[in-house]
Amino acid sequence: MVDIVAPSATTSFSITIDAARVAFDGVSLFEDLHVTLPAQRWTCLLGASGVGKSTLLRLVAGLLPPESDVTVACDDGQPLAGRCAYMAQQDLLLPWSSVLDNVTLGERLRMGRACPETRERALTLLARVGLADSAQALPSTLSGGMRQRAALVRTLMEDRPVVLMDEPFSALDAITRVRLQELAADLLRGRTVLLVTHDPLEALRLGDHIHVLLGRPARLAAPMTMDGATPRSLHDPAVLNGQADLLERLAGSAAP
Amino acid sequence: MKILRPILVLIGLIAIWQIVVWATDAPFFILPAPLRVAQTLVERFDIIWPHAQITALEIVLGIACGTLVGTLSALVMAYFAPARRWLLPVFVISQAIPVFALAPLLVLWLGYGLVSKVAMATLIIYFPVTSSFFDGLRRTDMGYLDLARTMNASRWTMLTRIRIPAALPAFASGLRVAAAVAPIGAIIGEWVGSSAGLGYLMLHANGRMQIDLLFAALAVLAALAIALYFAVDIILKRILYWMPDTNPSSD
Repeated sequence: MVDIVAPSATTSFSITIDAARVAFDGVSLFEDLHVTLPAQRWTCLLGASGVGKSTLLRLVAGLLPPESDVTVACDDGQPLAGRCAYMAQQDLLLPWSSVLDNVTLGERLRMGRACPETRERALTLLARVGLADSAQALPSTLSGGMRQRAALVRTLMEDRPVVLMDEPFSALDAITRVRLQELAADLLRGRTVLLVTHDPLEALRLGDHIHVLLGRPARLAAPMTMDGATPRSLHDPAVLNGQADLLERLAGSAAP
Repeated sequence: MKILRPILVLIGLIAIWQIVVWATDAPFFILPAPLRVAQTLVERFDIIWPHAQITALEIVLGIACGTLVGTLSALVMAYFAPARRWLLPVFVISQAIPVFALAPLLVLWLGYGLVSKVAMATLIIYFPVTSSFFDGLRRTDMGYLDLARTMNASRWTMLTRIRIPAALPAFASGLRVAAAVAPIGAIIGEWVGSSAGLGYLMLHANGRMQIDLLFAALAVLAALAIALYFAVDIILKRILYWMPDTNPSSD
């Protein structure tokens, strides 16, 4: 049986982001930022709300006009544009389209319509995340967790080697969030992931490398490297201790 | 109750009308009683109906033309920045000049027939249609656009799959206004110069003190306008099946 979840091509390139200074509306958000995203690994950028994480992610995704101070380079020499999929905090499901049409949106936007094979693959993936019965439903009839699972399937359907995620689970309740983290870790295996989050637990469960953004303008502290397979258990001592550490560091940097 | 309520409201209004007739003791050639109007409506229906058909045709064609021109203008303004700069003043001027003031000219240029009335209805709905669609097109959720961009969407599919569907709720408000005001355009046109239509018939009846006929024509016109509004409303609700109705009264 063909694995429809695994990336169709092995990702072998790593990505380097260098930003001397990132300003938005004249306010300096980052200074001296150097992040390497190793191939097929999860890299987490952890920082308090409002620190400018989303801006950075949108810069990497090519959604903001390129800035002279920021370079995003892949070590295979090719540009990143067109090779990354984007998953935002809101599920961004189109309310007028069925779940199936939403998850095949990429192809519908590129070709005008989705071919039968794509729809077949989408249905299989929807079944995999437990949404088989909701394929024809409108997003408004789904719960928050179901909607974010549909968004995850839509991201997978793009089959890009790199996935950029902007706090994708932050709007969910704790239990749903834990389940979705497990599902995402499972489904996105083999891809290079950049996950921006403000939740230390999420970073510790999913990340191979964790960068903490502190201060304003934000600077990167030395990255934490986590060992072992993801998603890590909630009882893992490394996760629990790490969470206490990270919370203290984040709290210490925040204004009182 | 849902069907009964408008009927009750109608009966209430007719009752008030009857009370006013009794209380003021107005002669029938000033304010005819509801029953007399109903009688006239039945007796003279063979005269009223052909006029009603013409007015209905003017209104429907006006809505069709106005929607087409308005939609195209909104698209052009949304997609070409120079067009926006040049068209916006034209657009505002078109609204600043009352259609009433233009009516005699349109009749002079386009004649006593159908065309001048369709032009009038088109003019009167051009503003609500264009402005609502233009606003809708400009207010697409940034998130959808970001997503579409990372998916390498073409300009065309971005428009047809994302911007237009997202603009439909705003556009629908404009179309509802259009359905409500288009009859005004047609009637003004008929008053200024015509040889057919309900507006013509009303003016004609008024001149001959046939106020009961005037009221009968008015009733048909009202029925026509209401039917048109609800037809548009039903079509829009079909198209916007995905929009949940939330009423502040149920908060």
